[in-house]
Amino acid sequence: MDIQEYFSLVFSDYTLRTITLGTAILGAVTGMLGSFAVLRKQSLLGDAISHAALPGIAIAFLLTGAKDSNTLLLGALISGLIGTFWIRGIITKTHLKSDTALGLILSLFFGFGMLLLTFIQKQPNANQAGLDKYLFGQAATLVESDVWLMAIITGICLVVLLLFWKEFKILLFDADYTKTIGFNTKFIDILITSFIVLAIVLGLQTVGVVLMSAMLLAPAAAARQWTNSLGVMVILAAIFGAFSGVVGTAISASQNNLSTGPVIVLVASVFVMFSFIFSPSRGLLFKQIRFIKNRRDLELHKTLAFMYNIAETHEDISHPHTIKILNNFQGFTRKTLQKLVDKNYVNLQGNMWSLTQEGFKTASNLYNQQSNNE
Amino acid sequence: MNSAQIEIQLIASLVAIACAIPGTFLVLRKMAMISDAISHSILPGIVIGFFITHNLNSPLLILLAALTGIITVILVEYIQKTGLVKEDTAIGLVFPALFSIGVIMIAKNANDVHLDVDAVLLGELAFAPFDRLLIDGVDFGPKSLWIIGIILLITVTLLIGFFKELKVSTFDKGLAASLGFSPAIIHYGLMSVSSVTTVGAFDAVGAILVVALMIAPAAAAYLLTKDLKKMLLLAIGFGVFGAISGYWFAYWLDASISGSITTMLGLLFLVVYLFAPNKGLISVMYREKQQRTEVSLLTFLLHLKNHSEESERHVNHLNEHINWQKVRSKVVLDLALKNNMIHIDNDIVSLTEKGDTFTSQAIDYIITNEDAQIEHMKDDFFLFRG
Repeated sequence: MDIQEYFSLVFSDYTLRTITLGTAILGAVTGMLGSFAVLRKQSLLGDAISHAALPGIAIAFLLTGAKDSNTLLLGALISGLIGTFWIRGIITKTHLKSDTALGLILSLFFGFGMLLLTFIQKQPNANQAGLDKYLFGQAATLVESDVWLMAIITGICLVVLLLFWKEFKILLFDADYTKTIGFNTKFIDILITSFIVLAIVLGLQTVGVVLMSAMLLAPAAAARQWTNSLGVMVILAAIFGAFSGVVGTAISASQNNLSTGPVIVLVASVFVMFSFIFSPSRGLLFKQIRFIKNRRDLELHKTLAFMYNIAETHEDISHPHTIKILNNFQGFTRKTLQKLVDKNYVNLQGNMWSLTQEGFKTASNLYNQQSNNE
Repeated sequence: MNSAQIEIQLIASLVAIACAIPGTFLVLRKMAMISDAISHSILPGIVIGFFITHNLNSPLLILLAALTGIITVILVEYIQKTGLVKEDTAIGLVFPALFSIGVIMIAKNANDVHLDVDAVLLGELAFAPFDRLLIDGVDFGPKSLWIIGIILLITVTLLIGFFKELKVSTFDKGLAASLGFSPAIIHYGLMSVSSVTTVGAFDAVGAILVVALMIAPAAAAYLLTKDLKKMLLLAIGFGVFGAISGYWFAYWLDASISGSITTMLGLLFLVVYLFAPNKGLISVMYREKQQRTEVSLLTFLLHLKNHSEESERHVNHLNEHINWQKVRSKVVLDLALKNNMIHIDNDIVSLTEKGDTFTSQAIDYIITNEDAQIEHMKDDFFLFRG
């Protein structure tokens, strides 16, 4: 199946429609909540939580013996929350730093989860096969009820986000101020963290434990490059997330042997790279162009100042000089000279140049009028 | 115990030691998450190396994969330097992308690559003794033992050779730079060692256990000591303990060895986290409670000193006046009595001479606010602590 065929099938084929819808919703909700994680400098929390969710899945399976995805996700949610609060406990109560706490919880919970998974595999329960899909995710296992669950939780997220918009926003940018004007910062903090955990757990089935953190970060990091407004950023991140979900599913459906998770993550990474390079205000490309342009301007000014110093020594400021004397001067090129002519600062006659009245005036004021030029 | 079991435990212990050494410095330098990033992003390096060498134990593969690890560090630093995102976001963006590339490369070549993502993440220590190093038909023991042994030897040599430089640059970057040690060389040296260790260990124990073995013993040791040498030794000890106890736990459960080593490390950390003498959760909470009571006591004594009228000092009215609950007031009152700070006549509380001196000094302290003198004062005056 190639990509074109995929897009013609999306609207008619039940499985494809479910999967595409599922990944799109997932991308949107993780993008939305990821914006908060990125801005709160909790980017790696997602990585830790998604790994910490693994033992929850295994324990839920051990307790119920069934592979109902809702129960498993509930287990994941609980162990993810335990991990989150343990991280918080380590950071606040001991002198270990946040990176140590994150790495610690991540690896310890994940290792424990893998222990349980291998333990389950040795059990005679025939039901156990397929639990390892939570490692890398398999979007193909999504069914309509999963998509409904995602949609409902996304709906709840949206409502909570809108209700607490101003609280979230103020906590993001000035936590101390939020506390002084009487908001319960602890509650808001726990609320937003819990929703981030929820979004991560929701994605485990599709993208998997290992790569879930990228789903949270990448759309938000990409969206951050295009705007300075929180509202726009959240919306953009949701769009980027949904889009990488759909494109990733399309690519992985059109090839054999491709897990959905890694492909979605790669698509999202491409978004990030594109945004890093091409964003108009922060992007590397335009930054470099601005940098070069500024340097050119500076060198142009330097040439002009050099000319001014020569012209000053003559009574007649438009006394012509040969171009040769400029030759060893840094910043001089035919092009910059032409630019000076275009600006009507300099007159060119054959091999000779001379300053115009205007050029002389500009050059004499070059260094004391810096502020007026702005 | 048969010889395979001994060999497995030996390999696990060597891996634990080799990980604990760079891990200690990563934890101290607040770069623990870098080890997680490296452990994931070496995957494409391993896959490419495997395409070239067709042998998971070849030194070329280890070098290639370690190079991917260093590229990760450089990429993270480059993205961070552009100022577009913060460091943690940069880490979080780079390693999933590289890891995804690795997973896709494996998936696309699943037919002709005998390499499994699960194996990379988890490793299988139980099979390590079967892959033996044979030279001219003579058996020199398992290959992984040699690989990790050589890596450990290099690590220990570097550690002893550059201990002083590492120490200075870890705790005071500015001083290290002004003494002429290049921070960049030490930084990338440490990253290279971590990267090589991760690759060397992944085959035996898997990428995730490498992270656990690097961070958990070091973090537990950091809760117990402030001395770098002691911390290194403790971390090594914890690592080896986790490795050996984890092996027997896995033997008993018949489950993944690396998973159970991680679990043992987790339990170990939990115990240290709860019970560490000065920095453990319980002693921190106890100290906080003690300090809260002592601050209350001070407030109470100040109140007594401020009020000469009897109505303010009646035992039954104390709750209302200072706005404490009953139990709390009783604790504070008892503490003050035990320390001979107050005496009670006809239910009227008044300061003793000692209490009066203490309170005056405390006021002095509060006004001038000079460093930690209050602790000395407490030592001088208190017979019993809160």
